[in-house]
Amino acid sequence: MEQQRLFQILELDGTLSDNSMVISEKLAVEMYKLLVLNRVFDRKLVNMQRKGQIGTYASFEGQEASQVGSAMALLPQDWMFPTYRDHAAMLTFGYEMVKIIWYWMGRIEGCMPPNNRNILPPYVPIATQIPQAAGAAWASKYKNEGACSIAYFGDGATSEGDFHEGLNMASVFKAPVVFFCQNNGYAISVPFSRQTASETVAQKAIAYNMNCVRVDGNDVFAVYVTTKNALEAARSGKGPTLIEAVTYRYGPHTTADDPSRYRSAEESETWKLRDPLLRLEAYLRKQNVLDQDTQEMIHIEADRLVNDGIQYALNVPKPDPSIMFKHVLSEKPWNIQEQESSFNSFMERYHHQ
Amino acid sequence: MQRDLTVVQALNEALDLLLTEDDKILLLGQDIGKNGGVFRVTENLFNKFGDHRVVDTPLSEAGIVGCAIGLALNGLKPIVEIEFFGFIYPALEQILSHLSRLRMRTQGKYEVPLIIRAPYGAGVRAPELHSESIESLFFQSPGVKVVIPSNPYDAKGLLIAASEGHDPVIFLEPMRIYRSMRHPVPQHRYTVPLGKANVIKEGKDISIICWGAMVWNVIKAADQLENTQGISVEIIDLRTLYPFDMDTIKESIRKTQRAVIVHEAPLTGGVGAELAAVIHDRMFGELKSPVKRITGFDVPVPQFSIEDYYLPSSDRIIHEINQMLVSIKR
Repeated sequence: MEQQRLFQILELDGTLSDNSMVISEKLAVEMYKLLVLNRVFDRKLVNMQRKGQIGTYASFEGQEASQVGSAMALLPQDWMFPTYRDHAAMLTFGYEMVKIIWYWMGRIEGCMPPNNRNILPPYVPIATQIPQAAGAAWASKYKNEGACSIAYFGDGATSEGDFHEGLNMASVFKAPVVFFCQNNGYAISVPFSRQTASETVAQKAIAYNMNCVRVDGNDVFAVYVTTKNALEAARSGKGPTLIEAVTYRYGPHTTADDPSRYRSAEESETWKLRDPLLRLEAYLRKQNVLDQDTQEMIHIEADRLVNDGIQYALNVPKPDPSIMFKHVLSEKPWNIQEQESSFNSFMERYHHQ
Repeated sequence: MQRDLTVVQALNEALDLLLTEDDKILLLGQDIGKNGGVFRVTENLFNKFGDHRVVDTPLSEAGIVGCAIGLALNGLKPIVEIEFFGFIYPALEQILSHLSRLRMRTQGKYEVPLIIRAPYGAGVRAPELHSESIESLFFQSPGVKVVIPSNPYDAKGLLIAASEGHDPVIFLEPMRIYRSMRHPVPQHRYTVPLGKANVIKEGKDISIICWGAMVWNVIKAADQLENTQGISVEIIDLRTLYPFDMDTIKESIRKTQRAVIVHEAPLTGGVGAELAAVIHDRMFGELKSPVKRITGFDVPVPQFSIEDYYLPSSDRIIHEINQMLVSIKR
């Protein structure tokens, strides 16, 4: 079946599977910088959790190509619906780094979207973003704005009702949306084989008469091309696409999880042979685009950017807790007003002496 | 110009007006298009506004509400019909986890001005699980408003007011009053403000707070109490449950010094519990007797052959009020 084939451009050794293919040097270097930045970011956030500077954190190491490649394919007017593991996608599309750090510090500013992009805060309940992404795309189509939505989710989400309801709605109404599944093999501890009896995620699109592609999620070129094609199809009225990006998270589900209980360390090591960053590095070296010095500079720059973000995140004082009373409704009803003012007088008496 | 309309007709007129005025408004739901809705609230709107404005959807509550949230995030004003309130559960995660908190999470960058309409309540001999009264679920979800009209005039005015606001609204339409009365309704646009209760009848001995179809049971009971026992009842139709109108409640009870709450949802944890608590909390010294709740029982809404015994009938309201007065005299 076509939907079982894994689409790949970049071979493990850094050669292209199709020699006639032309990839712009600028784009490839940009991708590399983003992969490096996001890997550095992710590792530093795991570190911050260890040091008690942030709360529980959901690491995405290993999935950078899926997220960066797909997000780079978006246009500025598009809508992004990420989960709590999609920070590389969010950063690539323009979410401020400091806000992602704040998010994991349990700060409400971490949910505030940037001014010039429609990026929703991370979706925590699984698959709930899927029908919403379909709806936002439907609105773009209704208003004739040429914007698409992209919804990120994992393999576990494909067992949820909202996944099926969202795909069905999107397909029926031909909404310009891309459903981007990162199949990393596990939903916390439950392996893909227990998640579904389907051989692939991609094949689930057939039931909805929807386009689908199964792509090597660790091949940033293949992910980028696949997503770009899907977005173009959506924009030209051909409806939604389900993309299954086959990838792997090297780390635990979150910093509160211990993967040794459900999978072997060897499995993780095997996947590292397919590492998205090393593959692109090998390619760039073969193309003579990346020498040792440039590579070092890219890493130093990534380090600097992330360190600055972390310093800034740690230095900005926490907001006044009464921020919780804001924006619950467009106007504060009397009950919230009363509770806020009694909270404020309590705080004045006991916390601001 | 005023005509006598049913609640169904008044709602239809409001939706017609909203669709005409604002092309950002679209209706989504099951059977609302060609069929005009199972209760005909959307009758003729499909023909008038077309498939892209009055949208028959798949049978998919979470899909409908989820999509509607996305539509609203991206600048439209969808009005969703859930065919029966008792079927809303698949959409609860969308409502409770997202609809009610997207504004807060994004500190106002996104608002979700989505109205979810649903026929609600018991008393029309509907099949099992079509008669639920689960307003307290939404009453306890900060971030959504809960509105329940009791008559044709309010139905039209409240729905238009809901659409003018920037907040999500759960708009519950008691099935029992869909066609049980015709009242004068102006043809022109008007609003009945959210958060304002309506004193339907003034009185001096007892304040009864109620909403939806129960208002009519209370009116009947009040007539009888007044005519046969000389007890003067003030009736407050709450209209908006969240946020409810504390000022009107306070003003009334300050006068009568007795409060009764009537609702058809179960007693325990119902909206009446909060009302009773807040009245006791603020007006304890002014009350002549504890606040009384007359409600559905703490059982699943029974099959329709006995639903009239589940609902607080006017007889039961009179009976319970008399019991309350007797126990006070002792």
